Amino acid sequence: MEDLDGRWRDLNRLLARPGNIVGPGFEPQDEWIEFLQHQVRVLCVGAGGLGCELLKDLALSGFGNIDVIDLDTIDVSNLNRQFLFRMKDVGKSKAKVAAERVMERVQGVTVTPHFCRIEEKDRDFYEEFHLILLGLDSLEARRYMNQIACSFLEFDEDGKPDLSTIKPMIDGGTEGLKGHARVILPGITPCFDCTLWLFPPQTKFPLCTLAETPRSPAHCIEYVHLIQWPQEKGGEEFDSDDDTHMQWVYQQALKRAQQYGIQGVTLQLTQGVVKNIIPAIASTNAVVAAACTLEALKLVTLCSTGMNNYMMYVGTDGIYTHTAQYERDTQCLVCGAGVPMQVSPTATLQEVIDTLKESPALGGRHLRRPSISSGSSNLYMHGPLEESTRPNLRKTISSLVDGDGSILQVNDPGLAGPMRVSLQFRQS
Amino acid sequence: MRRRSEPREDLPHVTSRRWIALLDKRTLSIPHVPLRDRKYDRQLRIWGAHGQQLLESSRVCLLHCGPTGSETLKNLVLGGIAAFTVVDDAKVQPHDLGNNFLLDSSSLGKSKAQHVTTLLEELNESVAGSFVEESPSTLLETNPDFFLSFTLVIATQMIEPDVIKLEDLCHSLEIKLLVVRSYGLVGSLRASLQEQTVIESKPDNHVENLRFHKPWRELEDFAMSIDLATADDILHKHTPYAILLIQATKQWHATHGPELPQNAREKQAYRDILQSWQRRIDDVPIEEENFTEAIENSRKVFAPPGIGREVQMVLYDPKAMELDPRSSDFWVLAAALRDFVEGEGEGCLPIEGSIPDMWATTELFLALQRVYRDKAERDTAAVRGHLARRLASIGRDAAAIDAKTLRNFVKHAHCLRVVRWRRLAQEVAPGTCDAAALRQALGDEDTAANACLYLLLRAVDRFHTLHARFPGCYDGEFEDDVPLLKSVAVGMLAEVGLASGALVDDLVHEVVRCGTLVYNAMASTTSVFQF
Repeated sequence: MEDLDGRWRDLNRLLARPGNIVGPGFEPQDEWIEFLQHQVRVLCVGAGGLGCELLKDLALSGFGNIDVIDLDTIDVSNLNRQFLFRMKDVGKSKAKVAAERVMERVQGVTVTPHFCRIEEKDRDFYEEFHLILLGLDSLEARRYMNQIACSFLEFDEDGKPDLSTIKPMIDGGTEGLKGHARVILPGITPCFDCTLWLFPPQTKFPLCTLAETPRSPAHCIEYVHLIQWPQEKGGEEFDSDDDTHMQWVYQQALKRAQQYGIQGVTLQLTQGVVKNIIPAIASTNAVVAAACTLEALKLVTLCSTGMNNYMMYVGTDGIYTHTAQYERDTQCLVCGAGVPMQVSPTATLQEVIDTLKESPALGGRHLRRPSISSGSSNLYMHGPLEESTRPNLRKTISSLVDGDGSILQVNDPGLAGPMRVSLQFRQS
Repeated sequence: MRRRSEPREDLPHVTSRRWIALLDKRTLSIPHVPLRDRKYDRQLRIWGAHGQQLLESSRVCLLHCGPTGSETLKNLVLGGIAAFTVVDDAKVQPHDLGNNFLLDSSSLGKSKAQHVTTLLEELNESVAGSFVEESPSTLLETNPDFFLSFTLVIATQMIEPDVIKLEDLCHSLEIKLLVVRSYGLVGSLRASLQEQTVIESKPDNHVENLRFHKPWRELEDFAMSIDLATADDILHKHTPYAILLIQATKQWHATHGPELPQNAREKQAYRDILQSWQRRIDDVPIEEENFTEAIENSRKVFAPPGIGREVQMVLYDPKAMELDPRSSDFWVLAAALRDFVEGEGEGCLPIEGSIPDMWATTELFLALQRVYRDKAERDTAAVRGHLARRLASIGRDAAAIDAKTLRNFVKHAHCLRVVRWRRLAQEVAPGTCDAAALRQALGDEDTAANACLYLLLRAVDRFHTLHARFPGCYDGEFEDDVPLLKSVAVGMLAEVGLASGALVDDLVHEVVRCGTLVYNAMASTTSVFQF
């Protein structure tokens, strides 16, 4: 191995010199590099446009132990921005190729790839990491990771978050020339579910428009995709990655458009509509990933003041950024100290569980086999403890918990993480 | 999961009819999408074929290939520029491996420009790379003709006196210049060229000018051809909102005079007209999607999109007012467009021809679309007439600007832009600098920190000129440089008659603390490109 003494000279200046604009309690020291290289474990979720940039930035910020998870394989259309991939890599796992390339280039870093869905890893896997960075392109995946990160959070008796249980998460997102970076400290800054309104709803066309009054090329394409394919292709599942499927939709949509005298159906538009393609370029990903990585470095070392808590970036007309301080939703089901639920103190545990299941506001429809605990005592558990806790179902709730305001913890296979419910006793 | 991206080489030899049939089905009926279009698909959806063509004709020169330069060029190479040349005389040192991803340990001690070029070339086989192992400032002194072959120069990590020289040269050669700097956790980006004219500026919040408030005869005739009172239920709930709004506006004028609704009460009265036309059951209006859309879009009547300030600036720019034989096509077109606006356009821009989707039957929507398209055609023809006269007046052939260019210009008339930049030399010289703007920026709470950093990034260059080093470059006593840098900055403020009170001491300290460090994530942040 070459002599790389002095490799971290520049980074070390940032970490070893005292400053006036730094995080609270920043301790400038040479040992930070060693700490980043060997002690900290970070997880990068996604090895796409943002993921490639994040991995490079993390490795060059001194992080020595990085894991990356992505279920996707490399496509030609990735190559205009996912700079760790080459034409010869098309078809291979993004996570694996990305990990290899970063390790080739930055000596001493360990990047461990996981070629699978995020749902395939259990909570223990995610618990290992000090910090999670997200480079995702869907709200569903973000919400899943959000439930995971928030599931580690614990509160004290006063409803204050226990700081040692916070699993920090940094999220990046891009769409064309726009993007955002945000820092999620569960219990401190808003989680995804606190600010779902930030994600605009997707445009969906009414089915009757598609079937009866198509007016645009997109209407013709969606008709073929959503209505004609299932009708004519029997049970064959539509695969948007199969060129022959896409071609069929394109040709049929073209026919339909001609029938109605509508212009503008192209293969490019067909792909865009069917796959809901989001335009993407290298530089937006670079900017957003850099902002995310810098926040990661600051969270670990406190070498500069952190972002609070959401930055938007717009590169359409010149360059514009704005940082906003969003507020937590104290009633949030995912990161809240406990969602209030009114119950009678004389209700049995079984009745409380039934109320829970029937309550849409408490996400009851997701519950399949809820296990309930309060503090350290198991009230009713599925699995090996079922038999021993079953008698509790007939006891009154007030005899099982400490009293008004007690927190019930609900675990269920239908939830990615535990849900907290704050009991509000009302006299019946 | 099945994925097919490349034509497969392992298909069996075509020996049976079955295979031929299969191949026919697979390849013959499928229009071939070129590999290039698939590779660039996600960006083509932003800037289109025309934007891509401009990018693919760019020849870029990068001065200094530290992380700032390497990351910037990386993003351009991925996008598909024609060619690049890297200029740097440095050898790779260990600290370069800690912040530059376009180097690896095998390059230690060797030419930085060469190694960055090699690794950049790997990113896109369509891009040709080359390098010159020389110092940019020397090259600028000894061989200015070197820059002639480029369309864009990206100067990174260069100090102010060199940038001023480079800008002079680039302006005289009409080469675009981007000046990029990253300095610790701070960075700056400056675009410089005399003038940039833009046809497709792709604004974010464009509202089509549908002329509900001022329909032309054919549009009004079409709108009035539908009698809502006698329409059957199907037609009633499928009459596009454009027609509802044009009819409502006509009725408004009949009852309220020539002014459009201004205040909340009048706007409500206008919406009441629409609501009074809705079909009812037991006097309760039934839900009709087209009426909901009409009420939502009534603001397009109250505040019709006029000609934006930026388009006005193009139309009445001195270059559009005074054409001469050397005028560029853009300015000749702008003059013809102004002739249209002041003539048959009656103060309006030409109709674009496209309309947004609205609840309607297919037939009614397409008929409405045709009314707009026909008008767009006629408007384009009118501009063409003005263009021919304008071209003739400066001694050019009437067909010198082709129909396609004209059509594109007219279609994008609402988003024309001209941008001009001030020269750095003018910006910084005490005689020409805008001290009032700087004073205001330093005094305003929202801009004070940025203005202070702007000044400090210039002050470190002045410091470098004075001391032959940057502040904070020695590890031992870096804080000794804080008062030195501050006195330089105070001196610069005094030169333009400003007091030193606006300087934030913590920021001075921060700039010194960061010394000359370049952090890759910051370098990436400044790597944004626009073209």
